[in-house]
Amino acid sequence: MDAKTKVGTWIGFVLIMLWCLFPVAWIISLSFKSEGETATGSAQFLPKEPTWDNYSAILDNGDFTRALINSFGIALIATVLSVIFATLAAYAIARLDFKGKRLVLSLALAIAMFPVVSLVGPLFDMWTTFGLFNTWPGLIIPYMSFTLPLAIWTLSAFFREIPWEMEQAAQVDGATSWQAFRKVIVPLAAPGVFTAAILTFFFAWNEFVLAISLTSTTSSRTVPAQMSFFVGPDPFNPPYAQLATASVIVTLPVIIIVLLFQRKIVAGLTSGAVKG
Amino acid sequence: MSTTIATEPQAGKGKESRPVVSDRSAAENRLGLKLVAPAVILMLLVTAWPMIQALYLSLFRYRLTAPDDREFIGIDNYVTVLTDSLFWRDTWNTLLIMVVTVAVELVVGFAFAMVMHRIVFARGLMRTSILIPYGIITVVSAFAWQFAFSLNNGFVNSWFSWLPWITADTNWYGDHWPAMFAIMVSEIWKTTPFMALLLLAGLAQVSEDMLEAAKVDGATWWQRLTKVILPNMRAAIMVAVLFRALDAYRIFDNIFVMTRGAQDTESISFLTYRQVIEQMQLGLGSALSVLLFLSVLLLAWLIVKLFKVDLAQARGEG
Repeated sequence: MDAKTKVGTWIGFVLIMLWCLFPVAWIISLSFKSEGETATGSAQFLPKEPTWDNYSAILDNGDFTRALINSFGIALIATVLSVIFATLAAYAIARLDFKGKRLVLSLALAIAMFPVVSLVGPLFDMWTTFGLFNTWPGLIIPYMSFTLPLAIWTLSAFFREIPWEMEQAAQVDGATSWQAFRKVIVPLAAPGVFTAAILTFFFAWNEFVLAISLTSTTSSRTVPAQMSFFVGPDPFNPPYAQLATASVIVTLPVIIIVLLFQRKIVAGLTSGAVKG
Repeated sequence: MSTTIATEPQAGKGKESRPVVSDRSAAENRLGLKLVAPAVILMLLVTAWPMIQALYLSLFRYRLTAPDDREFIGIDNYVTVLTDSLFWRDTWNTLLIMVVTVAVELVVGFAFAMVMHRIVFARGLMRTSILIPYGIITVVSAFAWQFAFSLNNGFVNSWFSWLPWITADTNWYGDHWPAMFAIMVSEIWKTTPFMALLLLAGLAQVSEDMLEAAKVDGATWWQRLTKVILPNMRAAIMVAVLFRALDAYRIFDNIFVMTRGAQDTESISFLTYRQVIEQMQLGLGSALSVLLFLSVLLLAWLIVKLFKVDLAQARGEG
């Protein structure tokens, strides 16, 4: 690599890091500003007197902690169920020869592009009739439907790469079919399943349209919905610092997952669309 | 996918003889259908069924606040929507946001992908960092940027006051264009990493030998980019554009948090939401839902036809 490209790459590296981390640094900084500071206006980047007050206020806020529980519960249940269904479907798509395979993949693709907002009205109507409005299942069911496409595409791409002959080879070597499945196939398929689970969790954790439309109280409101309704006592002066604090708290799980599993996430994101 | 197509002509070799289905392949067929059935039913239950419901409701004058006044009015709701300037203004906003954000993301995302492809150090660190905007909740991104552009508590005005059109009192949410700009910044910030990662995967498919050969033949940097790199990663670019364009067309979260549609920044998704949930106009809202669905369909079809996107080929199944 010549010197010019080297310098260019370095500049690019710094710019990318700035792009990705600067806004995160900004909400962290804002979360340490005191309520008094933001009320009078605080145009500088860093807090004048950093304080943990916002964190204790947010964690004492019953509505927020309740929303956090809802978010975790709904996202986790939707992820587990969605990945189970997607694994069955992806296995069939990758390994079996059956009519309508193309149709299933096309359907999944069509649903991945579906405008969620256009379902809000009819779903609202249906969910009130079935008693699913403002409940956990009322969000879990649509989250499963909308994450299945991504999970099926990612998993079928992964499953196609698995050397399935190894299962038979193990059986020839004297393993029972259960042993062959558990000792050979599961370890090979696990990374793909795990990747699909992470992407599914991200979707459910992020979802906003349905979360504000199909819930009405804190019994099922997730964090993004709760945050958007959290305006504080003065509508003209939103509680900047507390909203920033809530933002930091809901971003923590995302950062932890990204730190632990970045390789898997990248593989999953790109395998679904482009095979590298 | 290719195997299904390949087997068909084989099975029907003799023109009049019907394809022979062995017991084994019939059983495989049944098992395959059984395994995909739960996923397919679940996907249809929450999309196709409500969509049919929306189609039906869109033919009625129907407010949830007065359910007994439901009255069949045929296509009147569609006439109302399509003759309303609000609908067209929101469609224009949505298209504008889509075109500008996808164009910027494509350029910036490609630059990012080039850097990530070439870099030899800190690959893991960079991949981790680039996944943070991707993973962050859109509502959080919207708040972060809303506050950054805020009049009293944002740093943008003081940091960029050297620009002639920005002063300490610039109210970004007081006018149409600045508000649209702020919304697009948040959208672009969050979704560029996704674009960059898809393009990075495409870049990996461009053969280094070919690049080396072009270099030896004296091709300039620009020639190598436009004649070798871009044509060879066309499929990846088109898939990224398709996904991002359709996603941008559905923009909602950023607008909801940052402006609530003030200063004419409403998108078509936001208009639909407002009619259905805030105004409880289920009939009119359903007409909007159907139109939104049709426009996404049209857009997807246009992009696929115009750029000849072949998703199967992009997945290496061609």
